[in-house]
Amino acid sequence: MILYFLTLVLFVMGVYCLIAKKNIIKKIIGLTITDYAINLFIIIIGYRAKGIAPIMFKDMTIQELAEYGVDPLPQALVLTSIVIGLGVLSLMTSICLRLYEKYKTFDMSEINRLKG
Amino acid sequence: MATKPELVSSDSPKGMTPIVKTVVRFAIGIVFMFGWYIIIYGHLTPGGGFAGGTILACGYVLLTLAFGKEVALAKMSDKAASIIDNSAAFLFVATAIVGLAFGYFFLNFPPHGKPFNLVSAGTIPLYNILIGLKVTSSLFAIFLALSIFGRFISKLVEEAEEEE
Amino acid sequence: MTMQTIYPLFTALPLAAAFFTLLVTKINKKAADYIALFVTAALAVMAVLTVFEQPFAYQVGGFPAPWGILLISDGLSSLMLVIINVIAFLSIIYSTKYMTTYTAKPKYYALFLLMLTGMNGVVITGDLFNLYVFLEIASIASYALVGFGCEHEELEASFKYLILGSVASTVILFGIAFLYSMTGTLNMPDLARQIEILGINKAVAFVIAMFIMGFGLKASSVPFHAWLPDAHPSAPAPISAMLSGVLIKAIGVYAIARLMFNVIGPNEAVSSILMFLGALSMVVGVFLALGQKDIKRMLAYSSISQVGYITMGLGLGLNPDVPPVVAALGLFGGLYHLVNHAVFKSLLFLCSGAIEYRTGTRNRGELGGLIRKMPVTGTACSIGSLSIAGVPPFNGFWSKLIIIVAFIQAGFYVYGAIAVLVAFMTLLTFIRFQRFALFGQLPTRFANIKEAPFAMTLPIVVLAILCVGLGLAYPFIDQSVLQAARDALLDKLSYMGYILGG
Repeated sequence: MILYFLTLVLFVMGVYCLIAKKNIIKKIIGLTITDYAINLFIIIIGYRAKGIAPIMFKDMTIQELAEYGVDPLPQALVLTSIVIGLGVLSLMTSICLRLYEKYKTFDMSEINRLKG
Repeated sequence: MATKPELVSSDSPKGMTPIVKTVVRFAIGIVFMFGWYIIIYGHLTPGGGFAGGTILACGYVLLTLAFGKEVALAKMSDKAASIIDNSAAFLFVATAIVGLAFGYFFLNFPPHGKPFNLVSAGTIPLYNILIGLKVTSSLFAIFLALSIFGRFISKLVEEAEEEE
Repeated sequence: MTMQTIYPLFTALPLAAAFFTLLVTKINKKAADYIALFVTAALAVMAVLTVFEQPFAYQVGGFPAPWGILLISDGLSSLMLVIINVIAFLSIIYSTKYMTTYTAKPKYYALFLLMLTGMNGVVITGDLFNLYVFLEIASIASYALVGFGCEHEELEASFKYLILGSVASTVILFGIAFLYSMTGTLNMPDLARQIEILGINKAVAFVIAMFIMGFGLKASSVPFHAWLPDAHPSAPAPISAMLSGVLIKAIGVYAIARLMFNVIGPNEAVSSILMFLGALSMVVGVFLALGQKDIKRMLAYSSISQVGYITMGLGLGLNPDVPPVVAALGLFGGLYHLVNHAVFKSLLFLCSGAIEYRTGTRNRGELGGLIRKMPVTGTACSIGSLSIAGVPPFNGFWSKLIIIVAFIQAGFYVYGAIAVLVAFMTLLTFIRFQRFALFGQLPTRFANIKEAPFAMTLPIVVLAILCVGLGLAYPFIDQSVLQAARDALLDKLSYMGYILGG
């Protein structure tokens, strides 16, 4: 129970960093922390107390794996989610570099040509 | 592709100090071999296409950091990265569509073989290898685009070289 | 080779074509146009063919239902597929000529085909995490396409859209993880059964809140609309047409409809939330659209307002307290407005792109009298403006009328009055747009402009004919695909039956 609460704390830290910091790079870091907090939450959902990793060895039966193994489905979800986070991060970084070329600043409060 | 000896020698001006270059010359083969091991054994042990591909891309980044960009570009140029990237992804979708001819989309159509062997589980090792190639070339292409071919950073690098 | 065997090609074909385009253009640059045209034409034909099929469920990879991914084809999926693929085909015809002013045209086609993959995948899938993955593919491709021109404002708009869209996707993933931990399955028909057994307890209510926030941001409902007025004007014109006409509906409104109707089921709280958000979107959108000088920004704000109509119609359909006939009428009005808005908003954005291509400006104050120099574009633009304003023989009138009548019959007089008021304000906005941009005095520096090229006027004419046709054929629309879509949403039991491999 305390683990879920800690991932929520991590999520809130990421959102705080996204909102309160002015530098674009810090906002990107905040969004990445938020992504990782959600990935951690998904892995913890699949946990089973006193469980083993869901890998089959040569002389194991499927009943043993189903009884003692942790849930492998959230691990597959998290792999996909990490790759999606990677794609978004690389897109964000390249847009951020181009923004520096055009506006000559990393400060978000000066990048406000679109208004109204 | 063999690189010119003067580029990878320990006292060429580009890249890092001779200690780093010597160690990387030993370690880079092990890094690549480890990456391919993770990719190929993906259906038996943890890992698979994405994890192994990331390790290989980091190997290329290690080459760039230790020896300079000419060596890494000689090993995998940006054009080669783009071609490998697109053809691996296209072959992935093509293999999935071939399953349609056998019944279902993404069907595991080759014979499955005995479990725990290296050659088993149908199309899964093939998918792992294709994803490994795609991830390698994609991550290295992103690294190149952001650091060497990005206009902003390359302008800074040229100005620093002119000052020297 | 029936539709039941080639159904997954809706996602596989544009995905393969995107990578194939990037390979082939290393040899021959012009090939990208033809590949994109061919693929979207094939997809449009396939989408029209799915309308005539019986509903079925397809098991990907041959794995049986709760363990494998299901692809479900019913009335609503066919309707969305037709809208997405037909408008994508018309946008590609338009962009063969429009995108010559930008660099890197093959990469544009690759990104466009990836966005099309994502949108097709969202509407055909029957698995919740698969929906999230395709949603992300479509969203990431659209973030890159919004900033395609790499000017100052386009990059800023793309960055803002990216941050807000990523936060929404994170919240959706959080909701999916929560739902998985409660029920143990990710298959949507199976989830419908489990939620029927669980009932709407506090955890499911939390998940509903997460989904309304996440998908509401993708659909640009009002508290979450801040990205749309920056992103849609900055994108190139065919991408604005796709984003505003199709994307916010395919990944926003469709996902809310599918989840709230088929998976969670009708209940009172969700219905009142959706109706309130819809009414708020309508009012805020139209009041902010009145004062805009930039024509594309005005069209973007009016998108927010029209999606509010659709959300209100969906909200009325979810209400279990009104008589079922009235709820079905409200839902029907919402779906009909979805189709109409896709057609006339794409038409208006493509027209504004043609105006910008010839005159070089988007400012309403600098334009005027264009209907003399660009007759085809001007007439089509007038048809589009009259349709969105809700003038009788065109299609916007019927859908708005159905929604207003449904609300008055259900007893929600306040919402009905708000809908009528917003219809008047929309009429005012677009009459002003027409008067300043199309009629009136032609500035002297535009004395020599010509009509837009044929590749750009062809889709505009086709969409204008569709506007008129959908309006005149209203008595026949009832018996067609719209009724099948409405019944597919209202019938939760048959959705649960797909798990048996129907």
